[in-house]
Amino acid sequence: MKTGAKILIESLQREGVEIIFGYPGGSVLPIYDELYDSSLRHILMRHEQAAAHAADGYARASGRVGVCLATSGPGACNLVTGIATAYMDSIPIVAITGQVPTTMLGNDAFQESDITGITLPITKHNYLVKNTADIARVVRESFYIAGTGRQGPVLIDLPKDVNTNQIEEQPFLEKVSLRSYNPTYKGHKRQIEKALELIGQAERPLIYAGGGVISSNGSAELVEFATRLAIPVTTTLMGLGCITCDHPLNLGMLGMHGTEYANFAVTECDLMIAIGVRFDDRVTGKLNTFAPHAKIIHIDIDPAEIGKNKRVDIPIVGDAKSVLKDILSMLSRHGAHDTWLKKIKHWKQHHPLRYKNDGKLHPQFIIQKLSELLKGNAIIVSEVGQNQMWTAQYYCFTTPRTWITSGGLGTMGYGFPAAIGAHFARPDLPVFDVAGDGSIQMNIQEMGTVAHNNIPVKIAILNNMYLGMVRQWQELFYDRRYSYTELPSVDFVKIANAYGIEGVKVESPDDVMSALRAALDCDGPFVMDFRVEREENVFPMVPAGAAINEMIGGHPIS
Amino acid sequence: MKPHTLSVIVENKAGVLSRVTGLFSRRGFNIESLAVGTSEEPGMSRITIVVIGDDAQIEQVMKQLNKLIDVIKVSDITENERVERELALIKVNAEPGTSRAEIMQIASIFRAQIVDLGSKSVILQVTGDTEKIDALEKLLRQYGVKELVRTGRIAILRGAKTVASLK
Repeated sequence: MKTGAKILIESLQREGVEIIFGYPGGSVLPIYDELYDSSLRHILMRHEQAAAHAADGYARASGRVGVCLATSGPGACNLVTGIATAYMDSIPIVAITGQVPTTMLGNDAFQESDITGITLPITKHNYLVKNTADIARVVRESFYIAGTGRQGPVLIDLPKDVNTNQIEEQPFLEKVSLRSYNPTYKGHKRQIEKALELIGQAERPLIYAGGGVISSNGSAELVEFATRLAIPVTTTLMGLGCITCDHPLNLGMLGMHGTEYANFAVTECDLMIAIGVRFDDRVTGKLNTFAPHAKIIHIDIDPAEIGKNKRVDIPIVGDAKSVLKDILSMLSRHGAHDTWLKKIKHWKQHHPLRYKNDGKLHPQFIIQKLSELLKGNAIIVSEVGQNQMWTAQYYCFTTPRTWITSGGLGTMGYGFPAAIGAHFARPDLPVFDVAGDGSIQMNIQEMGTVAHNNIPVKIAILNNMYLGMVRQWQELFYDRRYSYTELPSVDFVKIANAYGIEGVKVESPDDVMSALRAALDCDGPFVMDFRVEREENVFPMVPAGAAINEMIGGHPIS
Repeated sequence: MKPHTLSVIVENKAGVLSRVTGLFSRRGFNIESLAVGTSEEPGMSRITIVVIGDDAQIEQVMKQLNKLIDVIKVSDITENERVERELALIKVNAEPGTSRAEIMQIASIFRAQIVDLGSKSVILQVTGDTEKIDALEKLLRQYGVKELVRTGRIAILRGAKTVASLK
C-alpha cells in the first residue's frame, strides 16, 4: 500500500525531476513529510511567487520541465503571477498545489481557493485530482503536456485526503496517450516548397526569430539557414541568444526598443521569414505599417498564432527546429543578397546603439562591462523595465538559454527568483540578475533563500531611485509629471549584509569593473548597488501604436 | 459578420464546459446559443455553439478551442446541409372559459404539444428552428406568457455524413 503523497514523489522522480521549489503549509503536510527523507531536492523559497519563477528560470535555462509546490489557498494564489508569466512565454512548468480535503471542497474551508478555476486562463491545462489512483497518470500527462507542442504551465491540485489515502501498487504508465492532443512537429512539405520558392525570389529577405527557436533548440539550424542564404536576422526579446550577437548577419532586437537598423530592415524587406514568433504589439508597433512591402512566411508550432495578428502568405505549422532542418535538407544553392546586406551595413555603421559618454555612471556602460567580463559564459537574468531593455540592447548574447527574462507578461520581481532556478539548471555558469531598484524590491525576500543555501546569484541593481520605465513614459508622454514613480534611496548593501550577503555600492564608472569582478570572484551571492544617472532613457523608442521606423532618438531611413 | 454553428466534441470530464465558455468570454467572442449533452460515443460530449463573427474571428475561435486539451474536434458546419433544432417550454395563462381553445389551436398549427394542463395555465412544448419558436412566442404573448424556457440550438448534418467524418 502507498499513500498519494508517496506516489506523487515517485512519479516526479520517474519524470527525471531532481529539484523542486516550494513553500510548505497545512494541506501539503503529507507531501512535505514524504520529501523529508526523499532524495528529491527541495529549495525552500521565501514566497510562493518566487517558487513559481524559480521553476520557470530552471526550465528556461535547462530546457526541462520546472516544478514548484505550494499549499492551498494563499499559497496557491501566490503562484498565480508566476504561472501567468510562464504561460505568456510558453515555459514548461508543473505547479503542484495542496487543496482542502475532497469532503470539504466548495465549503469555503480554511485556506480553500478554487485554484483550478483561477488558473484556467493561465495554464495550458490543469487538474483537480479527486482519486489517489489518478495521481500517477495525472503527473505523467502533466509533464507530457507541459513539455511538448507549444510548451506551457500545467497545474495539479491535490486535496489533502488524496495525498494521505493509501492504494495498492500500480503499474507504471509508460506511454501517455491523449486522443485530443497531438501537436504537429513536422512542417507540411508542400508549404515548405512554397516557402523556398519565395525565398529564392526575394531580394531583401529578413528573418524575424523568436522564443520558439530557443524552445525548440533550433538555434544551430537557424544560424545555418541564415548563413547559407545570406539572410540577415533580427530577434525578439525572447529570441536573443539564438544567433550570436557579433554574427555579421545579426541585427539585434527589433520593435519598441529595437535597433534602428533592425526596424529599418523590417520596413524595407520584401520577404519576412517569421520563426517561432507571435507578432506581439511590442514588436510590430502599428500593424499595417509592419513589414509593409514584405510577403510573410510564418513558421510556428501553434496554429492559433498564424494569422492571429498579421495576415501571412505562407503558413507552416511545425516545430522551428524540425522545419528548419527540412528546409536545410531541401536547399540546393547558397544565397547572396549583396546590395541588401550593403544597405544594412550602412545603417549599422551610421546608426548604432549609443548613449552619452560624459564620465557619468550610465547603466548602458555597466551592461557593456558585464558583457566584456563574462564573454557570454554566464546566464543573464533580468527584471522588467529599463534594466531589461538595456540588458537586451547592450549585452552580447552568444548562446541560447543564457538570457532569461519575462517577455510577454513583463513581471517585475521575476528576475531574482528566476536566477535562483537558473543556477540549479546550470551550476557550471555564473548567474547575474540585472535589476532595477523597483523590481528587486518586489522579491527582495529571496535574499533569505540565496543566503540560506549559499546560492551564488549576483544581483546588479541599476539604482536610479525611480520606477525608471514608467518615469520615462511620464517624461515623454505625460509632460514630466512623475506621478508616484520616485523611490527613496535604499541602502541595498546593508539589506544584503543583514542577510549575511556581501555587497558593494558603486558610484563611479571607474569602479564598475572591479565591482563586477568582485561579484564574479565571490563564492556566494553578491549584491552590486550601482547609483546610475537617474533620468537616463531607453532609446531608440517606438511610441506605442506608431510605425516601427518612427523612433524617438532615431533617424529617418537613409 | 454572420452566425456560425460550431460543433465541438469534448471529453466528458468535469470542468470542460467552463474551459470552453471561459475561452469565449476571455477572448471577447460572444456566444449566441449554447447546448451541451452526451454524444453517440461514450465518454464524449457534444457542444453546439452559435457564435457571431467574421471569418478571421471564427478561425481564431476554432483554433483556440482546438488548443484546449479536452477538446477532441471542432467543426464549423455553417456551410453544410444540416438539421437545427431548439426546444421551448412555454407556460401560458389559460383560465377556464377564456382563450384555452384558441391557444390549443395555435399549438396545433405550430405542431406544439400540450404537456401540462392546469386550472389556470397550460404548458406548450415546441421544437423547431429559432424563427419558428420566436413566432410562436410572439403569438402567445397576447394571452400572457407566465414562464418561458428555451434550450440552446443543436445541429446535426443531413445524410450519411457525420461531424466525425468532416475534415
